[in-house]
Parts: sequence; C-alpha cells; structure tokens
Amino acid sequence: MTAASTVSRDRMPEHSTTKIRTEGVSLYYGAFQALRNITLDIPERAITAIIGPSGCGKSTFLRIFNRMNDLIPGARVEGTIQLEGIDIYDRCIDVVELRKRVGMVFQKPNPFPMSVFENVAFGPRRHGGNNRGELADIVEKSLRQAALWDEVKDKLDKSAFDLSGGQQQRLCIARVLAVEPQVILMDEPCSALDPVATLKIEDLMRQLSNSYTIVIVTHNMQQAARASDISAFLLMEPDRAGVLVECGPTSQLFTSPKDKRTEDYITGRFG
Amino acid sequence: MPRQRSSATTAECALEKGLRRRWRLGERAIEGGIFLASLLAIVVLLGIVALLLRQGLPIFSYTPPWAFLFGTRWYPVSEPPTFGIAPFFVATLWVTAVATAVAVPVGVACAAYLSEVARPAIRETAKPIIELLAGFPSVVMGFIGLLLLSPLIQSMFNLNTGLCGLAAGIMLSLMSLPIIVTVSEDAMRAIPDDFRQAAYALGATKWEVVRHVSIPAALSGISAAMMLGIGRAIGETMTVLMIAGGALAMPVSPTAPMMPMTAAIASGIGNAVRGGLQYQALFAIGLLLFLMTLAVNLVADAVLERQKRKFQR
Amino acid sequence: MRMKSGLSRQLSQRTAFAVLLVATIAVVMVTLFIIVRIAVSGAGALNWSFLTQPPTDAGRAGGIFPALVGTFYLMLGTLMLALPIGVLAGIYLSEYAPRNWLTRVINLAIINLAGVPSIVYGLFGLGVFVLMMKFGMSLLAASLTLACQALAMTITTSREALLAVPREYREGSLAIGATKWQTIRHLILPQARPGIITGAVLAMSRAAGESAPILIVGAAFIVPGLPQSPFDRFMALPYHLYTVATQVPGVPGDTKWAVALVLLAVVLSFNVLATIVRLRARRQRV
Repeated sequence: MTAASTVSRDRMPEHSTTKIRTEGVSLYYGAFQALRNITLDIPERAITAIIGPSGCGKSTFLRIFNRMNDLIPGARVEGTIQLEGIDIYDRCIDVVELRKRVGMVFQKPNPFPMSVFENVAFGPRRHGGNNRGELADIVEKSLRQAALWDEVKDKLDKSAFDLSGGQQQRLCIARVLAVEPQVILMDEPCSALDPVATLKIEDLMRQLSNSYTIVIVTHNMQQAARASDISAFLLMEPDRAGVLVECGPTSQLFTSPKDKRTEDYITGRFG
Repeated sequence: MPRQRSSATTAECALEKGLRRRWRLGERAIEGGIFLASLLAIVVLLGIVALLLRQGLPIFSYTPPWAFLFGTRWYPVSEPPTFGIAPFFVATLWVTAVATAVAVPVGVACAAYLSEVARPAIRETAKPIIELLAGFPSVVMGFIGLLLLSPLIQSMFNLNTGLCGLAAGIMLSLMSLPIIVTVSEDAMRAIPDDFRQAAYALGATKWEVVRHVSIPAALSGISAAMMLGIGRAIGETMTVLMIAGGALAMPVSPTAPMMPMTAAIASGIGNAVRGGLQYQALFAIGLLLFLMTLAVNLVADAVLERQKRKFQR
Repeated sequence: MRMKSGLSRQLSQRTAFAVLLVATIAVVMVTLFIIVRIAVSGAGALNWSFLTQPPTDAGRAGGIFPALVGTFYLMLGTLMLALPIGVLAGIYLSEYAPRNWLTRVINLAIINLAGVPSIVYGLFGLGVFVLMMKFGMSLLAASLTLACQALAMTITTSREALLAVPREYREGSLAIGATKWQTIRHLILPQARPGIITGAVLAMSRAAGESAPILIVGAAFIVPGLPQSPFDRFMALPYHLYTVATQVPGVPGDTKWAVALVLLAVVLSFNVLATIVRLRARRQRV
C-alpha cells in the first residue's frame, strides 16, 4: 500500500455525508493495472473534482462509479465501491438501475441524432414514460434545470445537431437530469467547449450541486479550483498505474498541498 | 464483471433501494433469438456441404474418383452410363482463362486510372456506371452474348458457330470486371500518400509513380481482386449455359463449343432421375465447383486481410 | 527507377495514361451500350398489354404478366425471409459477438456463403426445400433458396451499417440507464436503417435477376394462371428470357428484347434505388 492511498477522510468538509465510498480500488485491463488501491469518499451534494495529468486513469476511475468499464472486455475491478453503503459491484446489483441513479456526461457532447425534445425524453421513454403530457413536463423541467430552456424552447422539434457545442453539452446534462439521478459523473465536460460555454457549464454545475452529487474529471486546474468543493489528485506511477496522491477541500489542496508531487503539479512543474 | 460473492445484507439493501438485479426475460429472449439467427450462416454453409457430400459421393462407388475427374466421356443415359467430367472441367478452365485474361488487365487499368489519374468528377461518374455492370442479371449477359457477340465471333474467326468458350469468356469478363475494378481501386487508394510523395521527391513522373509505387504496393489487393473475379467466373451459370455452345466433347481450343461445369449441372438436373446415377454425378460436380470457389474465396480473403493490415498504423 | 530523358519520360507517361483512359472509357461505353441497345431494341414491342397479358403460343405472342408477378413474389419472399435474419445476425455480430472462435467461424461462414455459386444454391434448394422438406417445385422453395443466397449480403450490410453508428451514442444511452436492447432498438437500429435498406434492396435486385437456382427449384416455362399459393409453380422474368431466347424457336426478335428490357429495368431500378438511399443517408449525416 502506498502512502498516498491512505489519504484520510478527516479532511472532508464536516457538514457533508458520504455518497460514494471507495476503498482499496484497483482496476486491471487484462494483465495491465490501470488503477492501484484508491480510497476516496465522495460527499453528497457537492462537487468533487478528480484532477491529474492525462493518462493517469481519471476517466477510468470515474467510469467505475456507473460501471461503464463493464463494457470493456477484460476489465476487472478490485476493492469496494459503495453507493449509500451498497456495494455496486455486488452480484445482485442491476447495472441498468445503477446507471439510472448515477448518470454520466461525456467529454465530447454526444446528443442523439433526433430532436431536442426526443433527446431529453429518451431516458424517461425507456423507463416506461409514454404519456406525452408527462414527458413534456419532464423535458421542460430538465431543460430548465440545465439552464437551456430559454434558448431552445422554440426549437424543441429541431435536430439537436443544430445547437452550439455548449448548448449540446447542456442538452446532454438535461438528458441525464431527465431520469432523475442522484449522482452526475462528468468526464471532462468542457474540454471541447469555448471559454464562455465552459463558464456556463460551471455555473450550472454549481446550481446542480444543491440537489445532486457531482463528480467531475478535469485536466484544467483553474476549472477544478473555480468549480469544485473537493479535489482529488491522481498520478501515474512508473508502471503506469494510477494512484491517488492527495485529496481534500479544494481551497486547501490548491493553497497548501500536503504532498510534494501535488505541489509540483499545481504549480505547473510537470504534467 | 460482477463479483461472485453477495452478502445477504447487500442484497436486502439493494432490494430496498430498487437496485436489485432484474432478469428482463423479454430482452433475454430477443437476445437469444439474435444469437440463433447468427448461427444460421453456419447452418446453411454446413447444410450445403452435407447435402453435396450425401448426394454426390455415392457416384464414386459406381465411377471411381479418378475416372470421374479424368474421364472424357459423359454419357449418362447410355447402357452402361459413363460419367467423365474432364470436358466440363476443361471448359470451365477455358472460359475462366479467357475471362481473366480480358478482365484483369482492363480492370487494373480502369482502377489505376480512377484512383491515380482521373479528376474526382470523372471518377464519380465512371464508378457508378461500372458498378451498374455488376447488377446486370447473368441471363441478360447471356442474351447479349447470344444475339450480339457470338455472330461477331463467328464471322471474325470463321467458325461454324459463334457459341463457344471465347464468347462466354468475354461476357464473363464483363461480369467480373466490376469486382476487379472495385477491389483493385480500394487497394490503390489505401496506399498512404507519403509512399507517392517520396517517389515524387525523387523526381519521378506521375506515371512512374503509378507504375513503380502504386501498382506494386497494391499488388496483393490486385491479386485478391483477380481471385474474386475468377471465383465469379467459375460459378457463373446462365451466361455459359446460353453461349458456351453446350458440346460434350473435350474442348481443344477456346473457340470450340463447350459445356462448363455449371452449365452441365443446369442442363442435366431437370432430366436426371432423383437419386439416380446422373443425379449423383451432377451433385458431385456441384461439390467440386463448391470446393473450387471455396478455395479461391478463402485465398482472396486471406490476401485482403493481409493487405488491410499492411497499411494500418 | 531508370531515368530516361525528360522528353521520352513525358511521352511514355502520355502513352500510358492514354491506355488507361481508353480502358476506362471502353468499360463505361460497353456498359452504356448494353443498356441503350436493350432499351432501343426492346422499346418497340413494349406496351401496356405486353406487361398485363399472359403469354400465348409458348411465349411467341402475348405478354409477360405472370412472369412479372412471379418475379415480384420471389423478391418479396426473399426479402421477408432474408432481411429479418440478416438484421438479427448483423446485430449479434456488431453488438454482442465476443472475440472468440465462434465469432470467427460465423464470419468465415458468411464470407464463404457469399462466394458459393448460384447453381450450387439451386442444388441445395432442390435437396433440402423441394425434396427433404417436401415443398415441391414451388414459389416457397424458390424463395427459401434465394433467401439462403441473399443471407450473406443482408447480414454483411446490416453488420457494417450498425458498426458505422458512433460508439458515443451507445455510451450516452447506457449512461442514462437504458438497457442494451433498448439502446439497439431505439437508437442504433434507426441510425443504421439506410444501410440496412440499401442491402435489402440490393438483395431483392439480385433475387429478381437470378435464374440458375430457380430453374432447378420451381420456375416453370409456362403456367396457365398466377400462383395461388406458395406451393404453386410460377413464372419468372429471367427464366422467361432464357426460354424465349434459347428454347422456343420463332419468337419475334423484338419480343425477346422487350423481355430483356423489362428484366433489366426491374433489376437496375432497384440498384439505383439502393444507391439513392445510400447517398441520401450520407448527405444527412454530414
């Protein structure tokens, strides 16, 4: 066990309860170890940022929380990952139900090739909602939550591809919100967007964090510093396995990092 | 990836929160159907093999395999009947050879022109027209050969009949051209441009690049194209049935009337007594035909796979 | 590379490109010539009653109505049998198939099915559908035979169309709790539809033009009426062209050409339709 993995829970903000708890998590692709022994608590209704240089396994780590790694042949997870105390890798867990509660927004906006309305209604429709009136309510509510309603309310029947990149990404967020998740995972959601669109998404995240648990992966340190409550710093060890170096309240991690490697990274000495 | 262990408490909690695993039997059933459908390709192929073996092999207890393959006399209704398919086999070789001799040079020239020389506008016009050729029914090609080509060949070579291997081979070459052009052109376009740039940098002209870089680099793709064209020519039935001449004698030259294997099956099966010796012999020809095209296609596929990997980076 | 003088190199380049151009023009011209010649020679005898009347006097007079209908039934039968199986198998291969020996065997079988000569499919149909399953020489046996032949194409085109749908869509859908089948059914399949339709239309076009297999498993030279059930024998355009061109003496020339024209028109119009579907889908995606 490396020293880094023992980052303690006592640095978490006092007021919050833990939504997701990971203990000693390792992930393998076949024989290759991509993550080693990560122990981290994700607090409820807060924004947790996972930062680190590219290739350190940030996205892989994020995808553990909704079991998206299941889609990759040969991927294997060790350790404990609990959502509200339930081991989500337990045999009796329904992955589909899990993903309804733990939604995900991707790096590149990926609206479906259909209308704005149908994009947001896609999830609710799959989960049994077919009443046009109810769907319209869900769509409006989700688009409002995603701060997109005013921009698209007149073009709900237009193709989602007609929206700008930033709008598309907020549409993808609305699509996740429409299935009423508890946790929203965001995998570098702004890396394909311009600065203005990026700030909009960050504002949105801040609002959403009042009612949702948000975990965001970013390589943009300003973004982590601006937008997150908790930051976790991942780094690649010489064998290319990702480890957790340090974790704590964002203000603390960025102003007085405990670990030399964290300090080097945030001051821009490598990565 | 779920783990095998499951604690009772987890199961209870999961149930409480609606996370308990569901079976979704409807979807499982659909997925089962999907799997079964994909097995059908194997079933049909094995079915073909099994049927050809079962109906075809018994002939060898009457005519030993070597007499069947090398015998030159096909008299299915004389007493006793003889079944020698060498004339059919040689006829297939003749028409295939003619088809290949015409289609490969022309096809490769077309492919080289379209991929290396032609302006996009010309390419976009010529390609669909050539691909249209692939859609022509073989009976139409036979019809054209019968009415237009064979009289021409008859007068050109001063023959008794224009219905001969040469006429059939030329029509077959038209039918295998599209696949040769398409596959060769794909092979040439798959060559990375830096190969060509390197030659230009040495002061080569465009033609020298085509001849010494593009065509050699695409050679395995071109040979696969040739194999696929040959496979098509071997298996084609209606065209050869209509214009190869249908003679049972051993064809000594491509201008002789002849009966390729496919035509022998098509013209004989209607009169053959089911389960009789002739019926078995025709299935045995089918088996041989199947094995020949199988070999040609397997080789072509292997060559194409290798070519694909060569330029993958 | 030998370096000749600049002038002679220019000359050899010009000659070579001229040869390539001539080859290309020749192929294009022959193709167009066949189409135009059939259209011109066949147009004379082509009229409404030719398309709507049954043949009389062994095809020397009358029309081709039963052959048109028979070919239409064959296309429909082939489509109904080969398309669903092709789509299902395509879904398995693109969405479910693990990388194992079974998948390799399935793919190998498909490649080989595509290369089996049509006459061999005819023998297969005769042995299995006509005799073993006792469907007799019939529309059903012929449709099944042609469907087996079309299988490789419908599977391959479906698989390729599904594989062309971006992975991001699948992830996006799974990440909001849609099941795998829901994702395929409501997101991936609609996206792959143009490609699947293209393959289906091409398969129908081939079924319409195929004569060797149906000559073995049920096409008839002359049938008095239209087929009333799948177990009836039937007439078909390509077989009709074969008989009037080679089996019946004294058929007027322009009647033969007209049969060829109708057959070519049916087959090529489906080919063109497939191209249009493909091009339109490509334009929409951009």
